[in-house]
Amino acid sequence: MKHCDLVIVGGGPAGLAAATAAYDAGIRKLVILEREETLGGILNQCIHNGFGLHTFKEELTGPEYAARFEQLVYQRGIDYKLGSTVINVSHDKTVTYVSEKEGLQKISAKAIILTCGCRERPRGGINIAGARAAGIFSAGTAQKLVNIQGLMPGKEVVILGSGDIGLIMARRMTFEGAKVKAVVELMPYSSGLNRNIVQCLNDYDIPLKFSHTVVDIKSTNGRVSSVVIAQVNDKLQPMMETAEEITCDTLLLSVGLIPENELAGYAGVQISPITNGAVVDDQMMTSVEGIFECGNVLHVHDLVDYVSEESSHAGKCAAKYVLEGVKTKEFVPTVGTNGVRYVVPQKIRKDGNYEQISLRMRVANAFKKVEIAVLLDGEKIVSRRKQIVTPGEMETIVLKPELVEKVKKGSKLEVTLNVGGDK
Amino acid sequence: MYDVLIVGAGVIGCSIARELSRYQLSVAVVDKENDVAMGTSKANSGIVHAGFDAKTGTNKAIYNVLGARMFPKLAEELDFPYRRNGALVLCFDENSKGELIELLEQGKRNGVSGLSILDGDAVRKLEPNVSDKVVAALYAETSAIASPYEMTVALAENAATNGVEFILGSQVKSILNSKNGFEVRLSDNRSLWTKIVINCAGVYADEIYNIMKVSRPINIVARKGEYVLLDKKCGGLTDKTLFQQPTKMGKGVLVAPTTHGNVIVGPTAEDIPDKSDVDTTVEGLNAAFGTALLSVPSLSRRDIITQFAGLRAHSTEGDFVIGESEIQNFFNVAGIESPGLSAAPAIAVDVAEEVAMRLNAKKKTNFVARRKGIPCFARMSDSERKQLIDKNPLYGKIVCRCENVTEGEIVDSIRRPLGATDLDGVKRRTRAGMGRCQMGFCTPRIMEILSRELGKDMTEITKNGKGSHVVVGRTE
Amino acid sequence: MKELICINCPLGCHLSVDDNDLANIKVTGNTCPRGVTYATSEVTAPKRMVTSSVPVKGGKVARVSVKTSEPIPKEKIFDCLKVIKKVKAVAPVAIGDVLVANVCGTDVNVIATSQAAKL
Repeated sequence: MKHCDLVIVGGGPAGLAAATAAYDAGIRKLVILEREETLGGILNQCIHNGFGLHTFKEELTGPEYAARFEQLVYQRGIDYKLGSTVINVSHDKTVTYVSEKEGLQKISAKAIILTCGCRERPRGGINIAGARAAGIFSAGTAQKLVNIQGLMPGKEVVILGSGDIGLIMARRMTFEGAKVKAVVELMPYSSGLNRNIVQCLNDYDIPLKFSHTVVDIKSTNGRVSSVVIAQVNDKLQPMMETAEEITCDTLLLSVGLIPENELAGYAGVQISPITNGAVVDDQMMTSVEGIFECGNVLHVHDLVDYVSEESSHAGKCAAKYVLEGVKTKEFVPTVGTNGVRYVVPQKIRKDGNYEQISLRMRVANAFKKVEIAVLLDGEKIVSRRKQIVTPGEMETIVLKPELVEKVKKGSKLEVTLNVGGDK
Repeated sequence: MYDVLIVGAGVIGCSIARELSRYQLSVAVVDKENDVAMGTSKANSGIVHAGFDAKTGTNKAIYNVLGARMFPKLAEELDFPYRRNGALVLCFDENSKGELIELLEQGKRNGVSGLSILDGDAVRKLEPNVSDKVVAALYAETSAIASPYEMTVALAENAATNGVEFILGSQVKSILNSKNGFEVRLSDNRSLWTKIVINCAGVYADEIYNIMKVSRPINIVARKGEYVLLDKKCGGLTDKTLFQQPTKMGKGVLVAPTTHGNVIVGPTAEDIPDKSDVDTTVEGLNAAFGTALLSVPSLSRRDIITQFAGLRAHSTEGDFVIGESEIQNFFNVAGIESPGLSAAPAIAVDVAEEVAMRLNAKKKTNFVARRKGIPCFARMSDSERKQLIDKNPLYGKIVCRCENVTEGEIVDSIRRPLGATDLDGVKRRTRAGMGRCQMGFCTPRIMEILSRELGKDMTEITKNGKGSHVVVGRTE
Repeated sequence: MKELICINCPLGCHLSVDDNDLANIKVTGNTCPRGVTYATSEVTAPKRMVTSSVPVKGGKVARVSVKTSEPIPKEKIFDCLKVIKKVKAVAPVAIGDVLVANVCGTDVNVIATSQAAKL
């Protein structure tokens, strides 16, 4: 058994930022374990631009954004292992991984940061009936086939889900000569950015059908031959009289992302049923002492910049834990109310340290002209006005150190929406 | 000239092939699909029934009980997943208790041991997630679960090892009977000659038989059953197979663990005209799930990872059709619906013995009874894993992250006898892609491995044979 | 008149643009001044970044991703893609390497956005 101060599971944007921050906070015995043959995670296949506006004040493509963080890791000489899949993380912080080069290895760690990212919701997760034929892909799988392997998933495409990956793939497939016949969205609004709707769909006259879904998939000779779409009512149930068949050979699904928390589960980490990620405190520590989480494994982010920011914080806190240990087990929970679907962190540690805390959250519905307010025992202590909030965007509100100090044991800390305008 | 030609490479055809491979005979199996277990055998409940359901004295009852007894040894010899988990037939109504007792008595008559009646509380003590509305249950200790497609693959591999030839991807177009034997014409214009034909063509068994000029044709109805598979995290919902009291359409909707720790819910039962229709439907999902909720109210739709449908070959005569037909040397093994999987080993022994006797065949001295399956990384201890990777480093490369399937296993599944040639073939043999992401991450990687191992271009790789190309070309 | 959706924020204002007189463009429907700037550039000279990927000869990876170093006129997107499709990079490729200079006479280069070490 090897020993290590800090093991970081995952070499994507979260893992790279966490490792760099932990190193800068004084940790030298640390290692990143990455299952793929390159660092950078999913960014490597996100070849479109639009990354890094917050972090670098310029627009980068995914691989460029990843490369900048990889450089920070290389410059510090931080150890990393590629092609190494972690198969178990135990409650006592032993990490088991396998690789072609090293076989099966175990590392006993003082601290672990889980940065395993998320996976796409598959067809079975949304129960679309019909043929189980070739030509049905999650959008990210199609993205990998096109961008990394140079393969064409199909020529005539329907996309279900108007999240950003779906929109980006609509343009990408068009660039490669495919005909994207429609993007179909169950909700009456898109969870994707307006910029992507304009530049990925409108630019190429690709119709976006709101309040529609795919109700059947047909096939000939083992390959998708058409899909049937229908409008849904206000209970999101399809109205079959509106059914319409679209000839296509490919259906791409962009219907949601799910944090990959299997390893956290093995370690006995408490998982939130809302975020599908761990329940963490403001130090990003999970319910298991010394195990931290950040990035998309914790909750699905909209922008990678926020993943990097959150993960730097997690790296710093993990380093502090390795060097100083835990001083208290007292917490004040954070609660989202009135349209705030969740708040991360779910609890604030009362250890006498008053550093600023970023409360990240998602709302349950789109609201215009709202105030996001933090209430301490019912009293507003900080707020922000927004022209609009939507479920597709993560919102952040910062508690300054002097406000954190006000939060006492037994306090009620609430993040809420005051809706001034209309829904 | 073959001694025996078996039409159909499902669990029945492959079981008979394996039994015949004990004899000094030349045997071939022909199937229109490009892999074995492509019909009913890949999409059913995977239950090895105790044997109380079928009416005493029927083929179904006799072969079920005999077959079920053979499973432990067979699973051990051929190394496929099998577990005796026991089953409960749930009764929701005091007035129906009598039927439960009748079922128990029938079971005893059929020769089933380990049957008892439990009251509702005893049921819930055994299975805490069973509905409060259950008032009693028939408990069958000897009921078991098996992986039907892995079993079929195992039988086929072992038969192939013992000399049986498999002709896959060729459909039987016609069969001509002459005094020299049968001439079987295939879709690729080949003709095969054989002394004996054994028809194990599942839902198509009537079409195969009725192309001969027969006075009493058989009639097989395709009965569609839709299933729902739940995430492994629900694995603890039930350990026993939970049936509801049977109806005339079959054993009804069950909730059961699979040998790999998922939970299976289904099947529905609908007679359909199109024998190739295995599409799933919204109605099917709702029916299967809705009925299953009566047994286990805490089932959650959120945990569904996939749906599928299979067809049972229902003979309108109501029982298995087994034996030589009115045409000499033409054997039918048809209408093998539930409990067909349970019965398969026993049916195979009887049919093989009869055929061997007809041909005066002697047993081989070099028959290899054992077949070693693909080492399953996910189920190993760490020290076993370590050893395996030391021997073959490809077992250190995890390809399917949901099910922890390694490149070593995938390469093995392609290289072994009757190896996988497409994504679904790899999936059935190794479980790569059967997990919660349903092949999202591993599709591109498995395509690369198939391409490398089979010497095929990436654009030629299919999901499940002819026409089902995963990609349509290159971006250039 | 042209109808546009502003892309500056999630509000996605529906903008009506009077572009009869290009020297005096009138925008209505905007909530903030960024809407006017956006609408003006969209009706006078709309530009887009183009990103794609190209094969690499002799590299440790089979493909590298590419982008235009600056946005190019929108009407030249497909001409630009045609040029990109003919590109075969040769390893080693570093991020920022120019793979096509002055693509389609735009004064903009197509550059690599990922790297490929030599095999």
